Amino acid sequence: MNRIEKHFAQAAEEKRKSLILFLSAGFPDLETTGRLIEEIDRSGCDVLELGVPFSDPIADGPTIQASSFEALKSGTTLVGILDLVETLRSRDVRIPILLFGAFNPFLHYGLDRLASRAVEAGVDGFLVPDLPIEEAEEFEALCRGAGLSLVFLVAPTTPPERMKEIAQRSTGFVYFVSLKGVTGVEIAVGPELRERVGLLRRIADPLPVAVGFGIQTPEHVRAVAQIADGVVVGSALVRLVDKHRGDAELTQRVGEFVRSLKSALS
Amino acid sequence: MSAPVSTSGSPTRFPASQRPDPRGRFGQFGGRYVPETLMTVLLELEKQYLAYRDDPDFRRDLDALLGDYAGRPTPLFHAARLSEAIAAGRAKIYLKREDLCHTGAHKINNTLGQGLLAKHLGKPRVIAETGAGQHGVATATAAALLDLECDVFMGEEDIRRQELNVFRMRLLGAEVHPVSSGSRTLKDATNEAFRDWLARCDDTHYIIGSVVGPHPFPMMVRDFQSVIGVETRRQIMAKEGRLPDHLVACVGGGSNSIGLFAPFYDEPNVQMYGVEAAGEGIETGRHAATISMGQVGVFHGAREYVLQTDDGQIVEAHSISAGLDYPGSGPEHCFLAESKRAHYLSATDREALDATRLLCRTEGIIPALESAHAIAALHKIVPQVEKGAIVVLCLSGRGDKDVYTLRKHLG
Repeated sequence: MNRIEKHFAQAAEEKRKSLILFLSAGFPDLETTGRLIEEIDRSGCDVLELGVPFSDPIADGPTIQASSFEALKSGTTLVGILDLVETLRSRDVRIPILLFGAFNPFLHYGLDRLASRAVEAGVDGFLVPDLPIEEAEEFEALCRGAGLSLVFLVAPTTPPERMKEIAQRSTGFVYFVSLKGVTGVEIAVGPELRERVGLLRRIADPLPVAVGFGIQTPEHVRAVAQIADGVVVGSALVRLVDKHRGDAELTQRVGEFVRSLKSALS
Repeated sequence: MSAPVSTSGSPTRFPASQRPDPRGRFGQFGGRYVPETLMTVLLELEKQYLAYRDDPDFRRDLDALLGDYAGRPTPLFHAARLSEAIAAGRAKIYLKREDLCHTGAHKINNTLGQGLLAKHLGKPRVIAETGAGQHGVATATAAALLDLECDVFMGEEDIRRQELNVFRMRLLGAEVHPVSSGSRTLKDATNEAFRDWLARCDDTHYIIGSVVGPHPFPMMVRDFQSVIGVETRRQIMAKEGRLPDHLVACVGGGSNSIGLFAPFYDEPNVQMYGVEAAGEGIETGRHAATISMGQVGVFHGAREYVLQTDDGQIVEAHSISAGLDYPGSGPEHCFLAESKRAHYLSATDREALDATRLLCRTEGIIPALESAHAIAALHKIVPQVEKGAIVVLCLSGRGDKDVYTLRKHLG
């Protein structure tokens, strides 16, 4: 079991909901990212999605895209991100970490090499938004072999039959995209979302279901936690980092934000 | 004189080739690397398209549009003076005159096809990405004709360079959205168009402008553009009583070249040459020769050759011709290159400019800078061919749009 699976197994036993955060690696630079991850870990976040920047994302909203662009400008590479995770693990950072990013940088690194390097560095899995199940076989086999989770997404447009296949092939958890379109818009927890997530949870059981896209405030977190096993906050955290970049209190602000989200779960 | 040829815009299939496979693969290339939200949309689009492709009513409507509206069939013109000027008339060069299509380039073949498809799919809105503005204008044109709402995404940098085409699109009723991310050019406009489609796939069809993007686009655009090759076949049979020996066309994403090549795939004696943009020279690194110099990657939804860094980030392409200035390449071209069914070479900005002047002076035709790359490559191809060979070159567009650039460099 990797850290993701261990976490969810324990959370299920304790009937706890999980807080999952997204952070753009290298925004504003990798050193800051390292400090933020340590703070996020201390502040009670359960799983971290660490964004690997790509020059031409088609699935990101404007906030994350802009942060990716700056991360690349600051010289961030996949190699550097893997090294960072390795360093953090040596400093006893225990939060489960998924690398989240477009397929091309992973493919270019070499999927085989990536899987072994990820394990060595202490990465627990991958989430690749532009890699649907149809294209995933090779990477899936490598991840499985290495004990890494490969998390797939279910979209609002995904029909039930397809949901089933995605849930069967997803490992660690399955990610429900709450909105069509790209990240950064606000979520509304209505009957339709409730029903779709409920359906996916029945289909995926016992695999946990996380809901993401448009979750920005503790109130959103509280509402989504009613219907899902995990709640993902992305753009809102990236915006906070943007707002306080360069400030001495950046780390502290991030810590406060994470704790405010976490307390909305209980 | 040529015998009359009938209009045939019917999307044509190539039974012996059987490409792509059911997963949208051309060998190792192609596929569907898109967010899950789009998967369902693409699967549905593929299903619907395959049904309409074989639907006699759809084909009849499209043929009518291509004939009465776009001006097809376009002539196949024996360029006698050009033939004489290149390798002393070693080969007989024909020009497939796509520059005479409505809107001035082959792009309209695709936008009418996809526009009509959008209509049948019940989607009231179409979107498009555009670099130089040619595909944007062709989409805005089809949208006006077919009464579809039209939004075009265009990089800020391109908007600045192609003011006149921006005005044309707006005149035709389209809304042009400036894209300020990344390099503010075609690739960024394409990213933005995908994002818009993700959010509005219910009421919107995305008219991709070339044989790129996720399956079924490379297949669909090929089918719509294959009218070029289908007509060429008929016309050359009528004029020469035999098939051509060599086909030459420029390759950016690669839609005019695929359109010319596809109906000849199963003719082993027909050689094919795709001409990429070498920009300031391959050795300078400032070029758009993706197939010649790129590495396998995943870009804009497909596995293909891509210009990229050691870290797998996409690199900007460079060419004097905005239509060839793209760091990706159509997956079917990648397959044709890897399987050596087609040959790929390149021409520099300078060579394209010289070729433009040559065609102007010998035939009284101002070619688009894109097409001029194909003309330039004749200097490399023709000296190698057997004497008396028949060469067909796709003159994909006219050069009116390039007059400012031409004046700057040739004036």
